Amino acid sequence: MHGYLTIEQVGKTFDTAGGCFTALSNVSLAIQKGEFVSIIGHSGCGKSTLLNIVAGLSQPSTGAVLLDGQVVDEPGPDRAVVFQNHSLLPWLSAYANVRLAVDKVFGKTKSAVERDSWTRHNLALVQMSHALEKKPDELSGGMRQRVGIARALAMQPKILLLDEPFGALDALTRAHLQDSVMDIHRETKSTAIMITHDVDEAVLLSDRIVMMTNGPSATIGEICEVRLERPRRRLEVGDTAEYARCRKQVLQFLYERHAHHKAA
Amino acid sequence: MITILRDVERKPRLKPWLASLKPLEKMRNAAAVLLPPLITLGFLLLLWQLLCGHEGSSLPPPSKVLKDTWELIRDPFFDNGGTDVGLFWQILASLKRVGIGFSLAAVCGIALGVLVGQSTFAYRGLDPIFQVLRTVPPLAWLPISLAAFKDSNPSAIFVIYITAIWPIILNTAVGVRQIPEDYRNIARVLRLNGFEYFFKIVLPASVPYMFTGLRIGVGLSWLAIVAAEMLVGGVGIGFFIWDGWNSSLLSEIILALIYVGIIGFFLDRLIGFIGRLIAGRPI
Repeated sequence: MHGYLTIEQVGKTFDTAGGCFTALSNVSLAIQKGEFVSIIGHSGCGKSTLLNIVAGLSQPSTGAVLLDGQVVDEPGPDRAVVFQNHSLLPWLSAYANVRLAVDKVFGKTKSAVERDSWTRHNLALVQMSHALEKKPDELSGGMRQRVGIARALAMQPKILLLDEPFGALDALTRAHLQDSVMDIHRETKSTAIMITHDVDEAVLLSDRIVMMTNGPSATIGEICEVRLERPRRRLEVGDTAEYARCRKQVLQFLYERHAHHKAA
Repeated sequence: MITILRDVERKPRLKPWLASLKPLEKMRNAAAVLLPPLITLGFLLLLWQLLCGHEGSSLPPPSKVLKDTWELIRDPFFDNGGTDVGLFWQILASLKRVGIGFSLAAVCGIALGVLVGQSTFAYRGLDPIFQVLRTVPPLAWLPISLAAFKDSNPSAIFVIYITAIWPIILNTAVGVRQIPEDYRNIARVLRLNGFEYFFKIVLPASVPYMFTGLRIGVGLSWLAIVAAEMLVGGVGIGFFIWDGWNSSLLSEIILALIYVGIIGFFLDRLIGFIGRLIAGRPI
């Protein structure tokens, strides 16, 4: 199994006070260039752990992650992360938050003028040109998340890692932002992995949906290919048979075969 | 200035009747803020006057304080040599000592705080020592510093320094330790080096905590300077109070206390203001 990004037999064990806890075991996945893959599963199934390993923020206990033929063993701007809670630096404006990343990644290869216009370009991609000088406190949740996405895009990563990027947003803002992410994905042809627990979001955005079994020792249970033409329009796509089939497959997996323990 | 005024005139955003209402509104808001403290102040002065106004009272009433100290209030700048100088010079001398001692404490305190906040080893090694030393009352350091410096002025400054430094260290350390994991992750994804991480993440993220420490520190140093100056003598508001006590000039002591309180209040506000400027947000 070889892809642009290859996750090979990855497992993760945590040493806790109560002994070893195996969060992930035997996770293998190959993602092609330009693909949009969602990872879905109940909370506590190790989705975020897996994303952190791909990001290099934590090390796998077994196995390895390869990106473009290179082993991932530390975080880097080629795997930009959009964090669930946006993680913008509150003392910097929207522009300065993105510019920080741009300066760091392109400090040696681009001139100051180019870096400025590249920063503005990426903020324009997420429709935030009107609020360049606003601090995160002055922005709504959706706008903060847009700036977070702009910052990640501005690093021109090989792969974009989205950790429940819309989890904290209301339904309307969420739909809006999903559309933006689809547009950006089409324009930039980026490769992306998105963690989610929203079935519709997964079907609408993804080329493939990876379903995780419940932990401990969570692994990939099933993979659903979403064969819907792009660009996808929320309203049109929703009525198609393919959409219904994918939705049903994911729901059946989550709520019949791998229903969450009653205690949860 | 003229151009600015013209600019405003060119954009009459408010309807005329609204514009005329605005100063009135402003005055009403100002009154709502200013009246309550003025009323309570008047009430307290009245109470004081009633309690101490009678013949043979051990403390002077406000009317007598004002009468006795009018010369001092009217001319704070006189200089008759020695310690017989106006209140402005007395306070300035105290502020100088606090300024030097507090600045040294700020520099050392922030540096040590960052060290203790960043390094677990430094934290384990130094924190117990800090926790013990910070409970030592400021004046208890005075004999030691007099013995070490053999001079009263550096001793007073040292007392300020040692009083102010603990809250600065401890708050800075907390500020550095509470930096959210997310910011660290951002730094790791961007591969910021140690230098960039310190100046772009650690410092700005902990500025509000630092200034909390600095505010507490400046308040404590102003508390300590009065006590220290009472013992070391020379020009300074603390010795002025002690001198007043020795010469039974109670009215002068009361005036000095009011000045000390007001200056302390402004020092606190000043540090808060600088903190807001640097942090770019309320702290």
